[in-house]
Amino acid sequence: MKTEQLVASLVADRAASARPLGRSVGRALLAGALVSLVVFALEFGPRVDLASAFATWRFDLKLVLVLAALTAASVACLAMARPVATMQWRWAVLPVLLIAAAALGTELVVLPAGTWEARLVGSNALVCLTAIPLFALAPLAALLLALRRAAPAFPALAGAACGALAAAAAAVIYAFHCFDDSPLFVLTWYPLAAIPVVLVGAAVGRRLLSW
Amino acid sequence: MRAARQGDDEAYRRLLLLVASWLRAVASRGLAAAGRPNADCEDIVQETLLAMHLKRDTWDETQPLQPWLRAIARHKLVDHLRRRGFTDHVDIDDHSDMLAAPASAEEGSAFDARQMLASLPERQRRIVEGISIEGQSARDVGARMGMSEGAVRVMLHRALRALADAYRKDRT
Repeated sequence: MKTEQLVASLVADRAASARPLGRSVGRALLAGALVSLVVFALEFGPRVDLASAFATWRFDLKLVLVLAALTAASVACLAMARPVATMQWRWAVLPVLLIAAAALGTELVVLPAGTWEARLVGSNALVCLTAIPLFALAPLAALLLALRRAAPAFPALAGAACGALAAAAAAVIYAFHCFDDSPLFVLTWYPLAAIPVVLVGAAVGRRLLSW
Repeated sequence: MRAARQGDDEAYRRLLLLVASWLRAVASRGLAAAGRPNADCEDIVQETLLAMHLKRDTWDETQPLQPWLRAIARHKLVDHLRRRGFTDHVDIDDHSDMLAAPASAEEGSAFDARQMLASLPERQRRIVEGISIEGQSARDVGARMGMSEGAVRVMLHRALRALADAYRKDRT
């Protein structure tokens, strides 16, 4: 087959697809998160004092933090899905670090040193370590499948970014269940829970996303 | 590319042919630098064109097209050479000014591509052959095979994805 002949087939195929990458990734994330929401509703449920929790600064800050992480991970995931490697997504991570540092600083100032450990260990650490990876499963699978249409410069990194995005979505859901609002707890256990998700994403991405 | 996204077939054809001639220059330089025979050149061009076509959603319209093209070309060239056991760094940036280079004499793709076409399921192969080699439109092929134009396009898309996969996996 000559190249010009191949071009004829490519031109004839032009109508078949062409969807913006952002939309397919967003749709995958939404679909996966819906599955996790069902699991959340059936097995976990929101904390009983949710309404009054909104009035506390710790809970609100926790929400802001996980939502900022979700935004940063979305930007990173989309950047990693493209063949041109860019580093601009790093700027999206900056707000997360700033909010985390501010939250941690405030908490350490407000709380007497003797109570730090109790706050850090919290009461839900084990639940956190299992629930976040559990909620991340469906979004991770959907994201990896969506990114098969993409052309990542580094498949393993793109898989890891999928893992980070799935974990961030899971953290947003889990935040409504967890009673431990202290930044000490959130900044310790949420990232720890995200690590296996990122690693699984990287391992699967390496195989699934190469092109 | 922008015009092509809006449905301008002729613009897309011109773009693909232009890119093909640029790729040909890049691939033959890359092969020469790696000490490989030039026989694979047209295969690399076709594999890269397929990748560019199937992955065209990953081009961000707000960004220039050339870096995106160059990234795909580099990826496919490195991938090809790696399959042939060559692991050195490949640099295609020096030749990026050749995007407008005139097409050199074109040979058909080597033995491999024909073999790959043969590996497609019967109906997919007939559609690709009808459109590519006999130069028919999707509607004509559909009429001949008793399929709707839409069904032909769906199957054509599947065939192109299968071809791209075959390129990637078959030649290790």
